[in-house]
Amino acid sequence: MADDKTQGRVPTVIADDVHIVYRVNGAGGGKGSATAALSRILRRGKGEPRGVRKVHAVRGVSFTAYRGEAIGLIGTNGSGKSTLLRAIAGLLPTEHGKVYTDGQPSLLGVNAALMSDLTGERNVVLGGLAMGMSREEIRERYQGIVDFSGINEKGDFITLPMRTYSSGMAARLRFSIAAAKNHDVLMIDEALATGDRKFQIRSEKRIRELRKEAGTVFLVSHSNKSIRDTCDRVLWLEKGELLMDGPTDEVLKAYERETGK
Amino acid sequence: MSDTTHDGAVALSTSPSADDGLSPAELATKYGLTVSGARPGLFEYIRQLWGRRHFIMAFSRAKLTAQYSQAKLGQLWQVATPLLNALVYYLIFGLILGTRKGMSQEVFIPFLVTGVFVFTFTQSSVMAGVRAISGNLGLVRALHFPRASLPISFSLQQLQQLLFSMIVLAAVAIAFGSYPGLSWLLIIPALVMQFVFNTGLALIMARLGSKTPDLAQLMPFVMRTWMYASGVMFSIPVMLKDKPDWIANLLQYNPAAIYMDLVRFALIDGYGAGNLPAHVWIVALAWAVLMGLVGFVYFWKAEERYGRG
Repeated sequence: MADDKTQGRVPTVIADDVHIVYRVNGAGGGKGSATAALSRILRRGKGEPRGVRKVHAVRGVSFTAYRGEAIGLIGTNGSGKSTLLRAIAGLLPTEHGKVYTDGQPSLLGVNAALMSDLTGERNVVLGGLAMGMSREEIRERYQGIVDFSGINEKGDFITLPMRTYSSGMAARLRFSIAAAKNHDVLMIDEALATGDRKFQIRSEKRIRELRKEAGTVFLVSHSNKSIRDTCDRVLWLEKGELLMDGPTDEVLKAYERETGK
Repeated sequence: MSDTTHDGAVALSTSPSADDGLSPAELATKYGLTVSGARPGLFEYIRQLWGRRHFIMAFSRAKLTAQYSQAKLGQLWQVATPLLNALVYYLIFGLILGTRKGMSQEVFIPFLVTGVFVFTFTQSSVMAGVRAISGNLGLVRALHFPRASLPISFSLQQLQQLLFSMIVLAAVAIAFGSYPGLSWLLIIPALVMQFVFNTGLALIMARLGSKTPDLAQLMPFVMRTWMYASGVMFSIPVMLKDKPDWIANLLQYNPAAIYMDLVRFALIDGYGAGNLPAHVWIVALAWAVLMGLVGFVYFWKAEERYGRG
């Protein structure tokens, strides 16, 4: 990488030796039964409680992300990609190490349901307000969000409760809401996978715009094509460890060689 | 820095620049990066919360209207639910058990209805509080906002619900001979204080409920015990005449009984100041301030931990 390009680089996310450990209650033999639950409660407070299993999901990941970068995260299922994103978003505590971020990163995941009993319309307004937009901003951008999501392409669906949406429609609306605001750091966790081809093209365009607006975008995806189309740098995680970090082509080639066997 | 990364892992990040040689922590300080998910200070938190006031209001209203959106009668249930509730209690306690000792029919029925509505306000705030975080994990995990917005918003929803009940209550009071007067204005400060108290309690329950969702199963029993102990359907001093004084005092000074008594005193002509314990307004204010402050600080203390697991 040329020197002149690196001079003006401003870091937006710094992960410093991040370890994340999940503690799972009720894992292991027979822990679902009432007596087991009781004995668990009685033993509470005496050191490491039994019946709680630790899962070391991310092991010592360090990297620095810069402004204007779009970073893809790849790795097999359960390799710690989503966990790492949630730690960056500040939603999971790190067991060891620290994540430093510029502003508040926003995480956009597939299972991030908004309020399913409310209409799409209300969800747009509430989502915007919750992200800290003002009422005027939302009024201005409302039509843009709805058009972008494409919810109304097949009729007036935006006035129906979100529980009536298909999973693809809901994911599209969620992405549209989150993408309406300019984020310093936006993380997208396979949210594009459910959208149709037309929507994917639209959202890839939006991701490129967000990058231009001096943000950093993280993208988790199992589609190497969408990583190739949007990202210029890729982190490859395996079993919670950072296996490779480099330009998209290089890492993807190694990943495809490894998984294609 | 850990060395678990493999060769080439740092190919991009180690380009020669002025930032080389800085530790991640130093680099973060240089560019003003902050630790992700750290809890803001108390005043900063209040400021953030104030910034989300439109969200809090909109969310409570949306929840209120969504509540009966699946029912055929729709918003009519806002009024019908409290009315039916009052009817059931009147049937059991007024007609069958006859707990109206020491009160005339004209006083007892508004007395009972007030008690049911005012207690329901606290009860539903607590129940909504328990689920405020644990029932909205999707929202908590998707978007960043001060988490206290949720329990506060749910308490506001209950307050709006109560206003519908108040329409029913006014009708009942008038039907039994208590007419609107200046004293009715005292309902406002009483309910404002109760709202602050409820919000504090909801904040505490929200933190507890986020860690132990089992509370949602347990709380109905606690709340029912509290209801029977607070004199919703009987007059505490009359019922406990033969018992030691401290029991009646304990029950009368509990916040639920205090707020109920204040609204009754304001509303019902035949329910005079003699029925109120001493220093009742000060006690009401003290409960509100105490619970409001304790609840808020207690909730804020765990701000960075909500939505995990």
